[in-house]
Amino acid sequence: MDTRGLRSQLKDSVPVAGFCPHGSYGVQDALRSGFSSVKNEILPSHPLELSEKNFQVNQEKMNFATIRNIQGLHAPLKLQMEYRAARQIQRLPFLQSSNLALDTLRNSDESIGFEDILNDPAQSEMMGEPHMMMEYQLGIL
Amino acid sequence: MATLSVNRAPFGGFSFENCKRNAVLEADSTKLGCSVPAARKTGTTICGIVFKDGIVLGADTRATEGMIVADKNCSKIHYISPNIYCCGAGTAADTEMTTQIISSNLELHGLSTGRLPRVATANRMLKQMLFRYQGYIGAALVLGGVDCMGPHLYSIYPHGSTDKLPYVTMGSGSLAAMAVFEDRYKPDMEEEEAKRLVRDAIAGGIFNDLGSGSNIDLCVITKGNVDYIRPHDEANKKGVRTGDYKYKRGTTGVLTKVVTPLNLDTVGEHVQTMDTS
Repeated sequence: MDTRGLRSQLKDSVPVAGFCPHGSYGVQDALRSGFSSVKNEILPSHPLELSEKNFQVNQEKMNFATIRNIQGLHAPLKLQMEYRAARQIQRLPFLQSSNLALDTLRNSDESIGFEDILNDPAQSEMMGEPHMMMEYQLGIL
Repeated sequence: MATLSVNRAPFGGFSFENCKRNAVLEADSTKLGCSVPAARKTGTTICGIVFKDGIVLGADTRATEGMIVADKNCSKIHYISPNIYCCGAGTAADTEMTTQIISSNLELHGLSTGRLPRVATANRMLKQMLFRYQGYIGAALVLGGVDCMGPHLYSIYPHGSTDKLPYVTMGSGSLAAMAVFEDRYKPDMEEEEAKRLVRDAIAGGIFNDLGSGSNIDLCVITKGNVDYIRPHDEANKKGVRTGDYKYKRGTTGVLTKVVTPLNLDTVGEHVQTMDTS
């Protein structure tokens, strides 16, 4: 794979763990992800993987920078406060939240993308272990 | 039973989880001298021109996968909004889903603004989406429509670059079609003349490009009116059989005929419940 163009991408991106996810039983899934190596852990397997994982974050960063240049520092600060408040409105951790307030703030309730039709987490067939996820959120696990 | 790990953030969109496995399999199989299946070659002719009071879009109807004609009469002119249509070349599924998503987005946008969407909006949405996926969505489009600012025609490449021109072609037959346009295009043509020119351009693609064939579809968009003509012309008419090789009824004479009636007596009749457990 071509790794030359990756340096610039890796530099600006938010580090995302889990390019090489562990299987359901916490061991390396050699069939799906190959043998474990440092390269496998760091480098994405598809050229789009990194930019897709960081897309939302980068877009928000760009929007905040733009609005800061136009209106001054107060605008992104206030917006970020509202985002933070909206992000806290959630169902219990093992249930999928609709994120309606956040979608309204981001204006993504008026657009449809691949994230709405492919792999929609709201239609996931798997559910986390309720007790475990609740205990993890409360910090008693 | 498979359960999610505790801190897994759910994530919509494209899934890359099999890429690593595929890379491993590909590397292993090339070591053994085998090759994994490659992507199929595609081929199309699509084009569009601006005429006096609107847009004419044209497309052939052949879908190819490598050396095989997969569909002899597929539809390549996609609906975007009541005043905008879009021809698609490249990966059929990608053009289909891309136009459907942009169509949904424009509908939401139209409901939010309460106006008929503009072609520039559709163009911007398409190019931003295609650029985000860096050409991995193989959709080469010809976007045309009439809005409050008059007729507009764009060609959109899979990597997200766009052109705004009075006449555009796309696909493997684009060179043949463009040759016809370069020869005979004039500004401010009449509708019939424009339709004939687009028909001849697509026919040029059909006859000179192996990836294009079958019929010619047209879509004429004028202010407040859309005329989707499918098929407009069949470039390759299938030959008609001149002779009839079927035997007439009664050609073979019946010499003898015997009917044997079967006299069966009904002994008993009762309903039995079926075991459905």
